[in-house]
Amino acid sequence: METVDLNNVPEKIKKIPANDFQPLDTSTTKERERIATPSLSFLQDSWRRLKKNKAAVISLVFLGIIIFISIITIWVSPHDPTQQNVAYINLPPRIPFLDSINGFNGTANVAGKMVDKYAQANVPDNVNFYLGTDGLGRDVLSRLFMGTRISLLIAFIAALLDITIGVTYGLISGLLGGRVDTVMQRVLEVLSGIPNLVVMILMLTVFDPGILSIVLAMVITNWISMARIVRAQTLKLKDQEFVLAAQTLGESRLKIAIKHILPNISSVIIVQMMFSIPSAIFFEAFLSFIGLGLRPPTASLGTLLNEGYKTFRFLPYLMWIPAVTLSVVMICFNLLADGLRDAFDPKMKE
Amino acid sequence: MIITLWLIATITFFLMQLLPGTPYTNQEKLSPETIAMLNKQSGLDKPVIVQYGIYLKNLLVGDFGISFQFKNQPVAKLLVGRIGPSVQLGAQAIVFGTLVGILLGIIAAMRQNTWVDTLATLMAILGRSIPNFVFAVLLQYIFAMKLKVLPIAMWNGFAYTILPTIALAMSPMADSARFIRTEMVEVLHSDYVELARAKGLSRWQVAVRHGLRNSLIPLITLLGPLAVGLMTGSLVVENIFAIPGIGEQFVKSIMTNDYPTIMAVTILYSALLVFVILIVDLLYGLIDPRIRVSGGAKG
Repeated sequence: METVDLNNVPEKIKKIPANDFQPLDTSTTKERERIATPSLSFLQDSWRRLKKNKAAVISLVFLGIIIFISIITIWVSPHDPTQQNVAYINLPPRIPFLDSINGFNGTANVAGKMVDKYAQANVPDNVNFYLGTDGLGRDVLSRLFMGTRISLLIAFIAALLDITIGVTYGLISGLLGGRVDTVMQRVLEVLSGIPNLVVMILMLTVFDPGILSIVLAMVITNWISMARIVRAQTLKLKDQEFVLAAQTLGESRLKIAIKHILPNISSVIIVQMMFSIPSAIFFEAFLSFIGLGLRPPTASLGTLLNEGYKTFRFLPYLMWIPAVTLSVVMICFNLLADGLRDAFDPKMKE
Repeated sequence: MIITLWLIATITFFLMQLLPGTPYTNQEKLSPETIAMLNKQSGLDKPVIVQYGIYLKNLLVGDFGISFQFKNQPVAKLLVGRIGPSVQLGAQAIVFGTLVGILLGIIAAMRQNTWVDTLATLMAILGRSIPNFVFAVLLQYIFAMKLKVLPIAMWNGFAYTILPTIALAMSPMADSARFIRTEMVEVLHSDYVELARAKGLSRWQVAVRHGLRNSLIPLITLLGPLAVGLMTGSLVVENIFAIPGIGEQFVKSIMTNDYPTIMAVTILYSALLVFVILIVDLLYGLIDPRIRVSGGAKG
């Protein structure tokens, strides 16, 4: 180390004013106690955890795209999904940029030879059916968009109603307790013994199949699990200090339920909803598949599957297209629900 | 349990009264006199409440009435022959599904966070997400239409049961695999498993003798929901594979307004389900004594 002669300090250093110097803080407690990362709210924290889950993020993006497309195609659909055209029935897919690939250039295998179906049907060159047409000459792609939209719509409405009824029932039962709770739980017990499928089918045989009746048929049985979960959570929170404090301060029961309990169980509700959406999609598809679902010309993924299955041996793609879409939507919702559950409650994950 | 069944019977009966159409719509034109006579014959001219009473009384002795669709065939007789295939299929599916699921779950838990685990998890997610009727059609397409190794449909022996069983087994497999994995991961990190490992037992021995036994108990609770799922599945799968089971009959009877059959199948399904749930409850108490102490005798 170089020794510095105090009498011979360089001019440069001499110029620095003395009050620029301050004694070093000897106590480092403040620094040590400093919180290094900004504090996060519950939602921010969950979002941070969710972002780490690749599968969930990819599903979220996929679902975003699917929902966006299914909404936007209300206004800009490649063709009218309900317009029938007898001249154009059962055309194979034709996509302009994939002319060279068989299966995407409007040709179909007829008795061992590739035949240009579009030429046979006199379709103008600028009219393309990207995924072909069905047995009534309707554009499969447009119907797919419509079907996805309606399936999602049914699922969302059903999930929303499930929540409304389930949460209300669960909150009342859990918060009031006592005899009310006992009676309400007995009712639930009996109701849950009835197989939901049977109720759904009965409902649909009695009422005219339509979006509303399908939603109702699903809601009648599906709110039960939500009510149970909400009740269990309410019971857990009811005796916690913050609720007791609110009670002591004279808050009404309704306000306690809405302002104190509901926000604290919102994550459980969201996760449960995310699981109920794919199951609603499944049941809609299932009911439509056995012929109890929507009536034509309305399309849902289930009715598309049903129609595709009828001609499955000859035109398998009419079945595969809705089947793949349905599966992708279900997988995405399930993965996202899994991700959300882990994100909201990291303790659940081993 | 009995209340549940009675409730179901009642709901079904009164919902059926609301159904559109009469039992004779499928038949040739009938004169009003003939209809009145037929109504009298089947007791449809009496007030609804009386009909309900007769219906309940008959129900107790296992008389479900006479099918509207098949002339003069008692519904009970119609269904008895159909229970066999449905039950066989359901049993095969649940056994096959849970066995494969348990195996997948064990492997996934033993090789936690490796590609094997990812693969098993992926299979479980696929099994849970893809509807079983899509699976059924896929299997039919691959094995029956393209490879031609298995029969495409009908019910003529064991080979005919393979494809529907696999299609039905997918969701039990997925559910039990997920369940067993979570349980096993927990158990495999416990002290007694460490001890067993320290004593020099092989990984498989530890997993099966110490891990699996303790993971299996909660799996029994899963049987109830699984049975419900199977029932839903059997409705479509039986239709796709043209299996003469209850599910197929149910769909048919809905299409033909065959009220007595619809009611009978509804009650049969509910009874089966309630029965399965009761068995599960009893089994659970039998296997895990801790439950018996705290829980009362509720059915």
